[in-house]
Amino acid sequence: MSGSTTHQFKENAERQLADEDLRQALTKSKGHFTGGRQNAMDKLPEFDALRDKSRDIKEHVLENLDFYLETYEQNVIDSGGQVHWARTAKDAQDIVLEICRSVGATSVNKGKSMIGEECDINEALEANGIRAVETDLGEYIIQIRNERPSHIIAPAVHLTKAQVEQSFRETHTHLDPDRILEEPPTLLEEARTVLRKKYFEAEVGITGANFLVAETGSSIIVTNEGNGDLSQLLPKVHIVLASIEKVVPTLEDASTFLRVLARSATGQEFSVYTTVSTGPRRAEDPDGPEEYHVILLDNGRTGMLGTEFQDMLRCIRCGACMNHCPVYQSVGGHAYGWVYPGPMGAVLSPSLLGVDEAGHLPNASTFCGRCEEVCPVRIPLPKLMRHWREREFERHLTPRAARTGIRLWAFFAQRPALYRWATGLQMRLMGAMGRRRGRFSSVPLAKGWTKYRDLPAPEGKTFQQQWAAQQKLGRS
Amino acid sequence: MENPRVALFVTCLVDLFRPSVGFATVKLLEDAGCTVEVPRQQTCCGQPAYNTGDKADTKAIARQVIEAFEGYDYVVAPSGSCAGMISQHYPALFADDAAWSTRAQKLAERTHELVSFLTDVRGVDGVGGEFSGAVTYHDSCSGLRELSIHDQPRRLLGSVEGLHLRELPDANVCCGFGGTFCVKYADISDRMVETKIQAVIDTGADTLLAGDLGCLMNMAGKLQREGAGIQVRHVAEVLAGMTDKPAIGEPGKD
Repeated sequence: MSGSTTHQFKENAERQLADEDLRQALTKSKGHFTGGRQNAMDKLPEFDALRDKSRDIKEHVLENLDFYLETYEQNVIDSGGQVHWARTAKDAQDIVLEICRSVGATSVNKGKSMIGEECDINEALEANGIRAVETDLGEYIIQIRNERPSHIIAPAVHLTKAQVEQSFRETHTHLDPDRILEEPPTLLEEARTVLRKKYFEAEVGITGANFLVAETGSSIIVTNEGNGDLSQLLPKVHIVLASIEKVVPTLEDASTFLRVLARSATGQEFSVYTTVSTGPRRAEDPDGPEEYHVILLDNGRTGMLGTEFQDMLRCIRCGACMNHCPVYQSVGGHAYGWVYPGPMGAVLSPSLLGVDEAGHLPNASTFCGRCEEVCPVRIPLPKLMRHWREREFERHLTPRAARTGIRLWAFFAQRPALYRWATGLQMRLMGAMGRRRGRFSSVPLAKGWTKYRDLPAPEGKTFQQQWAAQQKLGRS
Repeated sequence: MENPRVALFVTCLVDLFRPSVGFATVKLLEDAGCTVEVPRQQTCCGQPAYNTGDKADTKAIARQVIEAFEGYDYVVAPSGSCAGMISQHYPALFADDAAWSTRAQKLAERTHELVSFLTDVRGVDGVGGEFSGAVTYHDSCSGLRELSIHDQPRRLLGSVEGLHLRELPDANVCCGFGGTFCVKYADISDRMVETKIQAVIDTGADTLLAGDLGCLMNMAGKLQREGAGIQVRHVAEVLAGMTDKPAIGEPGKD
């Protein structure tokens, strides 16, 4: 879990807010995601019922996680595959490296995997002289730019088309410098041509998993480019990197999730490719890997079971929460400083990194509730963020000024007579001072407010004062 | 109910910054056949503490509110945020405290946001007032998502003579207020309110309305800083026909 800058969220956000390219890219993608989801939802009357069902399946799995994981493991073994349990990200790295060494791998194809990001798999591979080739277009773009994903399903969503074009020109120097590269299809075609050659060179293919199916021992991935299939079918060894909460009981259950996943994520009814993998190549199979490994990562998740944060483990990583989050849409995913951005990251990151490191994230929310409104598995994200704030407050991690301020205010709020007297005095003073202009452009104790906006002046006497006076006069 | 006794939860922001919203609320409630009382022991609903993670202070304030507002037929607030705090969050706050849980639940069931109370509880389908001009309306988050307030204000505004409502694109997206958020994460809040007021300006409306004073002060402050010349008011002021006072943040008439 290296490289987290989550503790500097404010500084990160400030930098991102000044990035005009980011603003342009986010403005463009926002309507696509939110409008797409709305359209898909409108066309499926049972969408909300499917969300309830999805939530219920995940809740059931989390209550019986040990049973489903063991069933899953047995069925992977029965279909000729191997299961590896990784308690930490480092364990997962070691297992991947060991498998790579066992086949003398020098090149690895990577399908998109957020668990791969969580475990810094690429860094571990490169440090051991193994080339990691990202095959998802978005992942490939950020890999050549030496960046991290800024979104869990659209890793390069922070970039404009012009920025991608520039990166391609700088990287693909063997191609005609005068070629036309302005439209997304030409960029996609170029990436495909460059990547296709590398597919055949890899000894190992690593993918993530959207779902692990207990009854069959299968892993399922959804992609739109078909890169996942090539990543896992061509090399000798297929490694599936997945966290433990990805398990679902049956294929039938998986299909319930598939009906809400793409609709919530991109507004598609279904992703272009849905790939089910069960064990290595059998004698009668036309193709497939010789070895099939699954690495099951915990990395702090079992610590969430049985706590108020268990609900977070229902997440199916659709990205709808960040697509609809006005904070994410303002600062972009990189501001969050680690793998998981947006509202789901604001709840999950403190669980995985520690609230000392990620304490800003659950605070950087207006609790507008849009994330919960669109979540396909109905995770009460604002409530969970509030739980983190409560833990921070208990542990005195809340910034001192905020803590002192709130306690001082609460002292007055619990003493109505004193409150009425103090606020009455203050409002009359402020009312008199602000009467001419109706507002203040600078207030010493409210700089956070007046830096960007005027502060409307109070009318003068408080409602309570005026009401009391009227009552005395009998409200004629 | 013929003539219900309604306790006005005026909200701290209305009490301190814009009492005229409180009086507009009283008028609307009385016009709807209610007898209005204002419990003296009220200060705030406790949201600032609640959202800062200060559960002990939140509970203390909530107990004070419950005690002050028990015994009325209804409790009404000119704010979706404060009404939502009492009706949605108080019961959760005392979930593990049997005695207070019942009292919190009882209060929650009788607590309403003003506009939805008028339409959904009192069956008001029109107000008599007049207002000349094009207005646009922002849906404050808590009212919209916790209390499903969307059509009600539009319906009542539609009955105001001379008023033309221009729908605000992305009216359901947060304005960036978020209580202490707007001060703690001022840079992000600024981007959010900047996006919001641009959409408001683009409607061409000359008045912006909403049902929560926090959001209104945020948007008014930004519109004024940018010199947009758009008047900002609480929806109750227009519905009650009480728009003689200067709009939010506008100078008084001397």
